[in-house]
Amino acid sequence: MVGQLMNWQIALPEIVLAGCGLLVLMVGVLIKKQNSAQLCSMLVLASFLVAALLSLSAPQDVGYNGLFTLDRFAVFVKILVLIAASLAVVLSLDYNTHHGIARFEFPVLILLSTVGMMVMVSATNMMSLYLGVELSSLAIYVLAAFARNDVRSSEAGLKYFVLGALASGLLLYGMSLVYGFAGSLDFASLRAVFTTETAQLGAVVGVVFIVAGLAFKISAAPFHMWTPDVYEGAPVPVTGFMATAPKVAALAVFVRILSMPFGHLLPQWQQLIVLLSIVSMVWGSLAAIGQWNIKRLMAYSSIGHMGYALVGVATGTEAGVRGVLVYLASYIFASAGVFACIIAMRKKGHAVERIADLKGLGKTDPMLAFLLMFFMFSLAGVPPFAGFIGKLYVFLAAVQAGMWTLAIIGVLTSVISTFYYLWVLKQVYFDQSEGAFDGRAPSVSFVAGLGGLVTLSFFVFASPVVNAAEAAARALFG
Amino acid sequence: MIYAVAVFAPLLGSVIAGFLGRVIGDRASQIVTVSLMVLAAICGDVSFASVAWGNAHTGVVPVFDWISVGDLHIAWALRFDTLSVVMVAMVTTISTLIHLYSVGYMSHDSSIPRFFSYLSFFTFAMLMLVTANNLAQLFFGWEGVGVASYLLIGFWYQKPSACAAAIKAFVVNRVGDLFFAVGIALMFFLFKSIEFDNVFGNIQAHMNATYHIFGQDFRSYEVIGTLLFLGAMGKSAQIFLHTWLPDAMEGPTPVSALIHAATMVTAGVFLMSRMSPLMEFAPHALQLVTFIGATTALFAATIGCVQNDIKRIIAYSTCSQLGYMFLAAGVGAYQASMFHLITHAFFKALLFLGAGSVIHAMSDEQDIRKMGGLFKKIPFTGTVMWIGSLALAGIPFFAGYYSKDAILEAAYAAHTGLGTYGFVCGVVAAFLTAFYSWRLLILTFHGTPRADKHTMDHVHESPFVMTFPLGVLATGAVLVGLLFHTMFIGDARDAFWGAAIFNGPTNHIMATLEDRSMIIGLLPTLVGVAGIFLAYVMYVLVPGMPRALATTFRPIYLFLLNKWYFDELYNAIFVKPAFAIGRFLWKTGDATIVDGVPNGLASLTSYGSSRLVKLQTGSLATYAFTMLIGLVALISIFLWVR
Repeated sequence: MVGQLMNWQIALPEIVLAGCGLLVLMVGVLIKKQNSAQLCSMLVLASFLVAALLSLSAPQDVGYNGLFTLDRFAVFVKILVLIAASLAVVLSLDYNTHHGIARFEFPVLILLSTVGMMVMVSATNMMSLYLGVELSSLAIYVLAAFARNDVRSSEAGLKYFVLGALASGLLLYGMSLVYGFAGSLDFASLRAVFTTETAQLGAVVGVVFIVAGLAFKISAAPFHMWTPDVYEGAPVPVTGFMATAPKVAALAVFVRILSMPFGHLLPQWQQLIVLLSIVSMVWGSLAAIGQWNIKRLMAYSSIGHMGYALVGVATGTEAGVRGVLVYLASYIFASAGVFACIIAMRKKGHAVERIADLKGLGKTDPMLAFLLMFFMFSLAGVPPFAGFIGKLYVFLAAVQAGMWTLAIIGVLTSVISTFYYLWVLKQVYFDQSEGAFDGRAPSVSFVAGLGGLVTLSFFVFASPVVNAAEAAARALFG
Repeated sequence: MIYAVAVFAPLLGSVIAGFLGRVIGDRASQIVTVSLMVLAAICGDVSFASVAWGNAHTGVVPVFDWISVGDLHIAWALRFDTLSVVMVAMVTTISTLIHLYSVGYMSHDSSIPRFFSYLSFFTFAMLMLVTANNLAQLFFGWEGVGVASYLLIGFWYQKPSACAAAIKAFVVNRVGDLFFAVGIALMFFLFKSIEFDNVFGNIQAHMNATYHIFGQDFRSYEVIGTLLFLGAMGKSAQIFLHTWLPDAMEGPTPVSALIHAATMVTAGVFLMSRMSPLMEFAPHALQLVTFIGATTALFAATIGCVQNDIKRIIAYSTCSQLGYMFLAAGVGAYQASMFHLITHAFFKALLFLGAGSVIHAMSDEQDIRKMGGLFKKIPFTGTVMWIGSLALAGIPFFAGYYSKDAILEAAYAAHTGLGTYGFVCGVVAAFLTAFYSWRLLILTFHGTPRADKHTMDHVHESPFVMTFPLGVLATGAVLVGLLFHTMFIGDARDAFWGAAIFNGPTNHIMATLEDRSMIIGLLPTLVGVAGIFLAYVMYVLVPGMPRALATTFRPIYLFLLNKWYFDELYNAIFVKPAFAIGRFLWKTGDATIVDGVPNGLASLTSYGSSRLVKLQTGSLATYAFTMLIGLVALISIFLWVR
């Protein structure tokens, strides 16, 4: 126990990152220059790099009296979160300047939210988990309302805050129910409790509350209602951030909490997750049809994608967890790429966000159109793009676990969702242009290009990612 | 490692010329691709030398892990054994010369970077194929070659005939590929692996495995061997699947040279040798190989005798020579088959590039009836064409003599019915080969000019960048057989090939080659000389004879001129019914049923969508309420299920 107490290095990435956040804040306040936002963004990117390197090299152990664990699973997810957060910061460079919200707090808020997510991922106690969730959420509430002169952005922030508070309440209530009936907040002790005795009704109702609270974070239906409104209202880099990093972190929490403390309650929670997954897949694919705003389209798309990821969670097997991790790795690049394309949608200085504005992009900006095609194909799961590999591993796990219904519904809904992804491409390639977009900023081209490269070449280099995901999954089950 | 450089340098060249060609310009694209090819050729030849004369350790060069699903584990790796190295050295060398030649030949084309990019990609795909360490990688290269050939045959996509030829090549190859893919799948089920080492190491374990098909038991190796050969037939244009090869000359001439000599068609022959550890235990499949190979050798030679297009004659000669190679593989003389592949690569590339030089000189005229008397105007091209033809006809001490002789002796030494059939076909084909080669030479280079004066005045020798590769290839066509026959098929063969080619315990065919009677050894040469003499008689001494023969034996002449009516037959059997079925499926099947059902489902889907979207009101209270309803629903379902 003493060893665990003193083992503070395992949280070094978080500690250093939080310290960097405070330092960058100081830098931002002290340097009264016009470009302090750019400088702070660069510093934040550098701290992300440091945090990533530390995460990879920090000793893997349990520490802080069991509050905090660094294992391969946590490292894998943290790297994904850091990549997603970095892409969001890069995306904000041009967008924020152009929209007059280039303030140095922006990257710092992303950084703080990222610290929260990293804590969530490593948390092995309800208390540290809740702390992480709240830290990441509070920063995102502010980020959503960051364009405070824009009514839609303020509305998005407020909506997200009120509903988020409700979800936090559900989460906390669930935790207290579990504590009341099982007598512990520690994951390992809870696991021991549920191994030896059958769970009492109160405790499992608590699990349902926790699932509902977390389902809000990953915007799984029917806890997704905030998603389209908030995605539409929030500044695009924030939306890009919300669509990737917090989703990855929250799904990781889902996986950890369901497999570690509640692993023996599999028969009880499995049906819940299956239900959430099916409703999300169906809702995400059906409601997206008929959207004319590309950000709302992406909102429904992300709901659907969380449904697919939940398929892997629902299996409750090591293969399922591996599938989820591969899926998330393939998803963040395509998603960040699409948001880069959305930022590039600017005509005569004004941002546009109708899908119809993409008409004729294939002629006016063939490179961007080409990349957008990669992303749409990847999101739709067309081989050989990254999204296909992700779906393959998730559905493979479902089939191996004998969950044919889930796999079949997943395939059917991805066929439906292909319709609207292709519909976007139809506008891009087959319709007459209504005027070209303004020139792209280098930061936007960078994210789109990187996303495109990864999305396209993922199938060649899939093996290392899959192996890492497998090792991560084994850390949870082994 | 230089071996990897030899394989990946063409890819780099292709990528640079393909993606940056428009930026860096024509000249730079040529320089990049050609110099990378030269680099690849140097590395390829050094690798070959290190195996042939040094004692480099053969093995596997790992690149990276690729696929890992279930039992299927595939890694990218380059196989480094004699068989691969021989192919790599040949492909890179020939392809480099063809690249160089193309610099001159394609100098007036409007899309030079695209051409060189395709050419390099073609080379890379072939290298991937021959260096594959497992069947998936080999199939990747196999398909890559198919795609590249499609792109190159249809390079002049403005010409409808080029597009048609490209599609034909692709579709006919697909037929073979289907069998090949099924063969690979069966091997995976049998061996639980498609790595060559795992497969070849476990050959003994599955010796008696059988498949139950159509109420009969077939040995697995026979089925797999037959499927692999059917795949090889498509790629190597054997009879029944040969129809694409003559049409493939619609592409630019350097492409024809590359397809016919170094890449693509040799893939099937290579596959037979590569799979020799398995083929050796599939005697019935090998009999099929022998039969098809021998028949193709004769069949293509008969057609070659009456064609009038200079490239088409050479195309049928390729078809015929490939038949020889399969014949050798069929009787178990894989070494002889590979040797003929290598010598053939040199003289066939020479003949095609020489023909290109003739066409270039004749202002794009390809009909040999409209040529004649060119030797004085373009003596260099004439000389190299003579050398190429001498090698092709198997005249002693030219390259083709050693390899063709070995094949015919092997067929004779097999002492089986089919072996003798192969021997007879081969000897007759050798006679015809010499005949049509000299028919081509005499009509093109000798006698009185039949072209109009304007064209004849324009006849000129090609620039140095085109004649240089011709010179190198001509040297090869003279020397390759002489230099390498000890190594490939002679006394040093066991040390040279090592474990790369497997001869079954009862297969002593290579050893018996030496003890054949004098007459068998001389026969190919004799019939070759006879063929030349007949051509001389028919086209120089008695010029009226071909016409008289054609009128007297008109049905036979037409039968041959129309290539045994294979195209017409396939049109009637496959193409027209396929179109008819297609039209039926389109009108009734597709328009009413297939479109009708999804359209109904689609309207249902969009109806559902519009209902769902209506729930999205924007009101915060509704959203919170939905969440709580969701929670209540979850808990109720949960308690109910419990």
